[in-house]
Amino acid sequence: MVEPFLYLSPAIVLIGTIILIPLIIGISYSFQSIEILNPFATGWVGFENYVDLWSDRRFWIALENTFWWTFWSVSFQFLLGLGLALLLNTQFFGKKLFQALVFLPWAVPTFLSALTWAWLFNPTIGPLPHWMAALGILDEPYNIMGDPDLALWGPIVANIWFGVPFFAITLLAALQSIPGELYEAAEIDGASPWQTFTKITLPFLAPMIAITVMLRTIWIANFADLIFVMTGGGPANSTQILSTYIFTTAFRRLDFGFASTIAVALLIILLVYAIFVLWLRKKLVKV
Amino acid sequence: MARMELKDLVKRYGAVEVLRDINLDIADGEFIVLVGPSGCGKSTLLRMIAGLEPITEGDFLIDGARMNDVSPRDRDIAMVFQSYALYPHMDVARNMGFSMEIRRDPVDEKKTRVAQAAETLGLTALTDRLPKALSGGQRQRVAMGRAIIRDPRAFLFDEPLSNLDAALRVEMRLEIARLHQRLGATMIYVTHDQVEALTLADRIVVLNGGDIQQVGSPLDLYERPANKFVAQFIGSPTMNVIPVTGGVEGVTLANGQWLGLPMRENTPFATELGIRPEHLDVVDPGPNVLTATADVVEHLGSDTNIYVNVDKVGPMMVRKHGNIPIATGDKLGLRVMTENAHLFAKGGAALPAPVRQAA
Amino acid sequence: MSVTRTNPALTLGKYVALLAYLLFALFPLYWLVKIAITPDRLIFTEGTDLWPSTTTLDNFRTVIFQTDFMAFFGNSLYVSLGTAAVTTILAAGAGYAFSRFDFGGKKIIVAVMLITQMFPLLMIIAPIYKIVASLGMLNSLTSLIVVYTAFNIPFATFLMQSFFDAIPKDLEEAAMMDGCTRFQALRKVILPLTLPGLGATLGFVFTAAWSELLFALMLISDNESMTFPVGLLTFVSRFSVDWGQMMAAGSLALIPSCLFFIFIQRYLVQGLTSGAVKG
Ligand SMILES: Nc1ncnc2c1ncn2[C@@H]1O[C@H](COP(=O)(O)OP(=O)(O)OP(=O)(O)O)[C@@H](O)[C@H]1O
Ligand SMILES: [Mg+2]
Repeated sequence: MVEPFLYLSPAIVLIGTIILIPLIIGISYSFQSIEILNPFATGWVGFENYVDLWSDRRFWIALENTFWWTFWSVSFQFLLGLGLALLLNTQFFGKKLFQALVFLPWAVPTFLSALTWAWLFNPTIGPLPHWMAALGILDEPYNIMGDPDLALWGPIVANIWFGVPFFAITLLAALQSIPGELYEAAEIDGASPWQTFTKITLPFLAPMIAITVMLRTIWIANFADLIFVMTGGGPANSTQILSTYIFTTAFRRLDFGFASTIAVALLIILLVYAIFVLWLRKKLVKV
Repeated sequence: MARMELKDLVKRYGAVEVLRDINLDIADGEFIVLVGPSGCGKSTLLRMIAGLEPITEGDFLIDGARMNDVSPRDRDIAMVFQSYALYPHMDVARNMGFSMEIRRDPVDEKKTRVAQAAETLGLTALTDRLPKALSGGQRQRVAMGRAIIRDPRAFLFDEPLSNLDAALRVEMRLEIARLHQRLGATMIYVTHDQVEALTLADRIVVLNGGDIQQVGSPLDLYERPANKFVAQFIGSPTMNVIPVTGGVEGVTLANGQWLGLPMRENTPFATELGIRPEHLDVVDPGPNVLTATADVVEHLGSDTNIYVNVDKVGPMMVRKHGNIPIATGDKLGLRVMTENAHLFAKGGAALPAPVRQAA
Repeated sequence: MSVTRTNPALTLGKYVALLAYLLFALFPLYWLVKIAITPDRLIFTEGTDLWPSTTTLDNFRTVIFQTDFMAFFGNSLYVSLGTAAVTTILAAGAGYAFSRFDFGGKKIIVAVMLITQMFPLLMIIAPIYKIVASLGMLNSLTSLIVVYTAFNIPFATFLMQSFFDAIPKDLEEAAMMDGCTRFQALRKVILPLTLPGLGATLGFVFTAAWSELLFALMLISDNESMTFPVGLLTFVSRFSVDWGQMMAAGSLALIPSCLFFIFIQRYLVQGLTSGAVKG
C-alpha cells in the first residue's frame, strides 16, 4: 500500500525533522552535563542527572504541584465545558452570538490572558479580591497569588477560563453527531431527561471525552505560560510545576542537561498516563 | 456488451470467510437476481463485481478481460447502493447528473437526461431539493436515477425498491424491466422480494451462508429446487416440509400413513417430504389423504390460506384459490398432489423427480 | 428536538446558566479593554472601579501610530494564516489516510504523533534553534510557519480524522462508481462535506499560532520580523511596562482572532451529512 503514504508523507517528514530529531537530541542532553555557567563540566555523565533528580526536593514539590494544577484545571474545564456544550445543543434566542462570545477566551493569546488575570487578582487594580472578601471567601481583599496556600488557584482559574471553550467545542461537535432518532426513540421508550443523558448522551460522548481529556491533561501538564507570567513559580515554589521548573533550570540556571532530565521524567509520566487512558478506553468503550 | 465470469471467487475479512467458491457465468444482457437471507453475502458479491471490495481469491472477468485490479471507474458499471449513498451537498438534479458531470458530457445532454430520469421516477417536482429534504422512498428513487441516467455496460442494484410503497414498487419494477429491454445491459439485482425476483430474473442465484445454493430460471428453482434450502426459500408461502421414512415407490409419514409415489425410484433414500401449500387439495377423508384440523384461516379474497394441524405429523399450510368456506376447528382431508411432491435426502439434497411428460 | 412541555424553572435555570457563562467569558476581556481606555494617571487610582471617570483613546492612537505594533500585527497575521492553511491541508491528507486506509505502520505513526504532544517544548527548543540556525533561517517568518506547522499537525490530524470518519464510506464509493478517481471523489464529494472540519481545524491552528510566544521569542530577534506576542513583550522593557498601551495593543490583537472565530463558527455547527444514507 503506497497510497496512504502519499497523503501522509508531508506530515511525517515535517514531524520527523522538526520534532523527532530535536527530541532525540534533547533526550541525549539528559545524559550530559551542559552547564553554560560551568563550561568545564561539559560531557557525558551517564545517569548522574537522574540520580540528582531523584534526590532533588524541588522536583518532588513541582511534581505534586503539576498533579494538582492539571487535575483541577482539567476537571473544571471538562465539567464547565460539558455544561456549555449541552446548553449550546439546545435552542435559545441569540444562540449564534452567544456562542461566538463564550468561545472568545480560546482565541485570546495566552500571554495576554495571563496578564489580564494577574490584574484581576491584584487588589489595587482588580475587583476579584474585593468581591471574594465581600462573599466571605477571603478575610480581607489581598492577592491570593502571594499566599503559598492559594497561589496555584490564580493560574488555575485563568486556565479554566481559557480552556472551557476547547472542551465545549469538541463536545458540541460530538453531541451534534448523535442521531436525533436516538433521542426520539428514548423519549418514546419513556426515558426521563436524566436517563437520556446517562444512557445515550454520555455513552456516545465517551470516546470523544476519553481522547480530549487525555490530550488536555497532557497539554496542561506541559503548559507553563500562564504560571510563568502570573506567579513565576512563586511564592516559595508553591506554584512551581515541572514545566516551569524546566524553564527556570534551563534559562535561569542555564543547566540544560538537568532541564532535559526533568523533561524526560515528565515525558515518561505522561506516556504511562496516556497508555493507561487508552487501555481504559478500549476496555470501556466497545466500538 | 458485458459477459461476466466469476471464477472461484472467495472473500475473506481477516479470518472470516464471507463468500466461498463463487462460480458463475453471466451472459451478455442477462438479468440476474441474487437472493438469500440477510447477511449471506449478496451486497459483498455485488461490491466485488463493482470493484469496491478487493477480491481475496479467484478471478473476475468482463468480456474476457480480468477485472480484479481494475478500478471501479474503469469498469463502466452503474450501481444503486443499499444505503442510497446520495451526496448530501448536491440537489437531486446534480446527484443524478453527477456521473455525466465527471465525464464532462455536454451540459444540454445532461439536462435532458436528468429531466427524463426525473420524469420516469416521478421526481420532477423535487429536482431542486437536497437529499435531507426527501422521504426515504424519494431518496431511493434518486439513487435509482443516478444509475439509470447512465448507459453503462452493466447495472448493479442492491435492493433498490425496498423502501417504496406497493404501487410505486410495481411501477418501478416495470420501469426496470423496460430499462433492461431498452438498453440490453447486463443487470444484477439483489432483492428480498419474491415477486421481483420471479418476474424480473432471467436466472436467479440463491446464496446462503456464502455459498451458491443453486442457479436457474425462476421456474427451474420453483419446480426443481436443488435442496431443501432453495425449496423453502423460493416460493411464497413457504413449502411445507415434513419428516418421512423412505420405502419402495412411496414414503411413510410420521403418523404411519403410507404415501404412494409411483414412478419414483429414489424414494428409499428420502428423509423429508416437501409439498407447497398450493399443491395440497382439500378433499373428503380417504386413502392417500391426510386428516387435519384447521387452526387459522385467512381469507384474502382471491385466495384462502389455511393453517392446519395434521395429526401426529405437525403443522402445515394450505393455499387454495378462491374463497373456501372453512372455519377454525373444522376437520378436513388433505390430498397431496404427489406429482408435485419433493423428496429430500439426509442433509437436505433434493432427490430429483422423474422428468414429467408434457400433459 | 422534542415536544415535551418546558418546565419554567428549568428554562429560568438555563438562562441563568447562559448568563453566568457569558459573564465569566467576557469579564476579563472587558477588564482588558477597560484598562486600555483608562488614562494612564487613573490606572492605579481608579484601579478597581468598574468604569473609569474619564476615558481616552490615546493608548490606541500611540500603539497604532507611534510603535511598530502594526508591523508585528502583520507579521503575526502572515504567520498564523500561513500556519493555519498549510497545517490544515497537510492534516487533511494525513487524517484522510488514517480514516480510509489500513496499512502497516499505522499504529506506530499514531503513537509517534501522540508522543509529540507529551513533552515540554522547552526540551527541544535548543536543538531546534541549532537546526534552524544551521539552515540560516533565523529571523525568518517562514521558519516559524514550518515549525508551527510541525507542532500543530498531530492534533489537527486527529481532528480531521474524526471528521472524515463521520462521512459514510458509501459516498466515496458511489462517486467512484459514477466515474471519479479517488482523488476526484475526495475533492468533489468528501471535501465539501468536511468543510465544518476544515473550518474547525483552521480555527484551532490559527489561534494556536496567533498566541505562540516561545518559538517566536527564540527564533526571531529582529525587530522587523517580530510577531505580535513578542511585540507585546517589548512594551514591558521599552516603556517600563506601559500597561495602558500594552492592553490597547492586546485589545487590538483580539480583533483578528475574534473575527476568525466568528467566521469559522458556523462550520462548527452544521451537520452537512444528514440525508446521505438511509439510517
Ligand atoms: N468489514 C467486514 N468485516 C467482517 N465481516 C463483514 C464485513 N462486512 C460485511 N461482513 C459480513 O459479511 C457478511 C455478508 O454481508 P453482506 O452485506 O454482503 O450481506 P447481505 O447479503 O447484503 O445482507 P442484507 O440482505 O442484510 O443486505 C455478513 O455476515 C457481514 O457480517
Ligand atoms: Mg446487503
